Parts: sequence; structure tokens; C-alpha cells
Amino acid sequence: MYLYPLWIRLWHLLNAILIIILIVTGISMQYTGRDGSVLLVGFEKAVKWHNVAAIILTFDYLIFFIGNIITTNGKYYRIGRKNFIADLGRQFRHYAFGMFRREPPPFPVSEENKFNPLQKLSYVLIMYVGLPLIIISGLGLMFPEITVSRLFGVSGLILTDILHITMGFFVSVFLVIHIYTCTLGAKPTSLFRGMITGYHVSDDH
Amino acid sequence: MKYPALQFLFLFSFFIVEANVSGNHLQDVTPPDTSTYISPFAEENELCFKCHGQERYEYMNETLGRQVKSLMFAERIVDRNEFYNSNHKSFSCVDCHSSEYVTFPHGGELRMELQYNCIDCHGGDDMYSSFNFEVIETEYKESVHFKLEEEGFTCWRCHDPHTYRINVRNSENLKETILYDNNICLECHSDYSRFRLMSDRDEINIIEKHDWLPGQASHFRSVRCIECHTRINDTILVAHAILPKDNAVKKCNECHSSNSMLMASLYKFRSVEQRRAGGFLNGIILNESYVIGANRNEYLNIISIVLFGAVVLVIFIHIFFRVIRK
Repeated sequence: MYLYPLWIRLWHLLNAILIIILIVTGISMQYTGRDGSVLLVGFEKAVKWHNVAAIILTFDYLIFFIGNIITTNGKYYRIGRKNFIADLGRQFRHYAFGMFRREPPPFPVSEENKFNPLQKLSYVLIMYVGLPLIIISGLGLMFPEITVSRLFGVSGLILTDILHITMGFFVSVFLVIHIYTCTLGAKPTSLFRGMITGYHVSDDH
Repeated sequence: MKYPALQFLFLFSFFIVEANVSGNHLQDVTPPDTSTYISPFAEENELCFKCHGQERYEYMNETLGRQVKSLMFAERIVDRNEFYNSNHKSFSCVDCHSSEYVTFPHGGELRMELQYNCIDCHGGDDMYSSFNFEVIETEYKESVHFKLEEEGFTCWRCHDPHTYRINVRNSENLKETILYDNNICLECHSDYSRFRLMSDRDEINIIEKHDWLPGQASHFRSVRCIECHTRINDTILVAHAILPKDNAVKKCNECHSSNSMLMASLYKFRSVEQRRAGGFLNGIILNESYVIGANRNEYLNIISIVLFGAVVLVIFIHIFFRVIRK
């Protein structure tokens, strides 16, 4: 089943590379030692790469955002209110127990429903809350002169920084879970292959 | 509300964005209102300020038999407002200057009077022990500025006793402190005519010299020149051992690290004070000091490691069941 058009695959590939660069360089900046000890990448390089990757990611995000408005891909991110909580519970139970009893997935992948309820919620949260917050707070750190200097008596930069690193942390956690859940296809590699070829192999979890 | 995410983004951008741009050149730091301070020597000092308090002054020339209007040499002008805001505001002019100045015209030999240095009054005095003037003097003697004493360099070049006010201990606003302190350096280092009083070197363009520094404007606004151009000393708030330019800090991680050198200098006093006044957590969170790499919040660190560990553990348990149920 052809589910992932070329623009989605290219966007996703670029997004994945950039997010990995941003996580690696972000952690490097956060944990550089004064003696010059380097966790992953040296501070100077990390700043440069982080800034470049962040600017590209901002444009890449705009492609996703606009793409979801002007194509039909946006429909996969619309959460219906009806039974959504119950559906989340069903999908969670499937991941926790059902799949070990070889039960069929409660929300099989189709052209109408690319994502199961848990996927949908996590993708909406990450793409429409997490990434906008991380991009805006990142811009606030990149251009500190435009960031509020104080808010409720607290440094605006500190708040912006805490928001940025907290969101960065959630994106990192999301990435780990996302990569792991992508091994839950028909075969551990089939969902990864689908994101390269565009064709989804059914019988996924 | 068709696109709630877009509207949220738009609203949030207004929340976070505020025009607050300032340049990095010598800027005016307006001293606070002086109307509440009345000097016990106000009347006496006014005899001096009458001529030395502004650019234009008048005096009665007995020989000519008329009032003469004249312009005061810029170096001899002391602004009343600045003086009565300075650390020495409670002084009478003749506490430091010869009492013979009360007569006019002033005797020519008075121009040669010796000037006090900071240590002449502040050295060995328990009242000022917290300032560690002796350490400051030792550091100053090791600094590149001390080598200019033959050219006439003294404490006064940076700390004009008529206007100098301690900033870092009194100011609530860190940015103002940084601006005030940096202006002291820029008085000479961005004014070639003053600079030439002490050195025959060619004019230096501070902006060009710091071209290598990423986010130059941000750095100039957020740290004092002395942060990179002195040897940090934990016992004094303002290090005085100005280093030769080749020894200035150039490595990012000197400041952008968990044990940032800024914590031993610029932020140390403020952090200690805030912790004393508002408790440890407030002292850590409610301050203006923000340095990438240095402002790691230990609580967030622990929470993030625990959460990340929990996620990895759940994944391993899941993998385990997938393997045994295969």
C-alpha cells in the first residue's frame, strides 16, 4: 500500500538527520567541561552545527506545516473527539498485552488511517506543540535581544532556555520511542523500509 | 478556529518577542536621582562647583575690574549629580584637595599637588576589609596597566574618585552593572585621544578586534571586558590583574561549561546574595545570569535521567517479551 509520498519521505529524511544533529550538538553544549573535556562534539563546533541545523529544521518544519495544509496529509493529524480516550486505551492494551497474544492490531493501517491513536496523539503533540515551542525558544536563544528580559521576576533567557532544553528532552525521548515502535512492523525492518520506498507492508502492529 | 496550532504559534511569538535592542558602544548610564542625599558639605563644596561643576564659569577679575566668563577645561569639570551619587559623596572637596584651593585665583603650585591612590585611604582599614584592597593593589601591580604608571596611569584612570560608584554590590540590574563597568574600559579604549595619553600604539577598533567572537553584540551586553581580560581571582569581586591581550580568554568552554569561570566572578556575588535573600532554589532560578552550558539545572538533570532510564527500561522489557513470545 503506497502511503508515504515522495515529499513526506524527503521531509522525514531531512527531519531525522537534523533532529539527530540537534540532539547530539545540544547535549554537547549542555555538558561541555571547562577543562575542554568534550562529551560528543566540542562546544564551538556544537554551537555552529546546532545553529545551522536549527535554521534548516525551521524551514523543514514549515514545509511539513504548509504541506499538511495544502495536501491531504493533514487529515492523519486530526484527532476526533469520539471514543479517542477509549481508542488510546485499546491501542495501549495491544502494545502491552495483545501483540504478545498474537491478537490483530485494533487499528490496522489503511489509506484512511495511517496512524493508530497512540501514534496520532504523539505525532500531534511533537509536531504541533513540541517542535513549534522548541523552534520559537531556539530563535529566542539565537537572538537574545528579541527575548523578554524578565518575566514574573525571572530572567526571560533562563525561562526560554528551560523551555528549550525541556522540549529538546521530550523530542529525544520521542525519537527513542519512535525508532523502537518502528520495529513493531511485519518484520522489524519493514516500517523503516516503507519510509524509504513509500510502500507500507501490512500486518504491522 | 481552523488551525489552532498556527494561532498558538502566533500568540506565543508575541509573548516571547519584545524589542529590546541596544548597541555595544559607550552608552550613557544615568545615575539615580540625587535629590534625597544632602551632603553635610554641600554649601562648602558649592564654592568649588560654582566654577568646576559645569563647562562655563564666571569670576570677578579684580585687575580688569569686571566679571569674566570663561570655559572650564573638561578634565577639571566635576558633575554635581555624579559626585553626589558617587562613593565619596559625603566628602568635602578639601578632604582630598589642598585647603588652599579655597582662595581664588588658585596658586600655580597647587597643580602639582600629589593625588591620593585608593590604597592610601582604604589600605589596612578593617572597615573596608571585605573589598580586599590589598589584594587589589597586588593584582594591579601585576597588570598591564601598572606598567603605564610612568606615563601617568593611576587608579583614577578607571576609578575617578569624583564619580566612581560601586556597582556590582549595589545594583539590582546585572546588565546595568555590566554596562557601567564596560564603560570604564571604553572611556580610554574607544576614545583614541584619551588612549594616546598613555600609549603611542595605533588606534584599536574594539569591534574589529573582536570579530572572531561569535554573537559579539550579545557578549558585549552580557559580560564585562574584565571577564576575559583579567586573571580571575576568587577573593575579589573585580579582578584587577589585566592580562596582555594575547593571554585573554578565547576558549568558549571557559565560560560555557558547568564550572564556568563566570561563576567565580560576574555571577558569584549576585548568586550568593540571592541565595541568602531568597533561598537556594530562588538564587539559582531567579537570576539574570544565563550562559549556555553553565546554567544546567540539577533538578531537571536528575528528572531527565530518571525519565529517560524508565523509557529505556520499558523498551527492554517489551523487547524481552517479544523475544520470549516469538
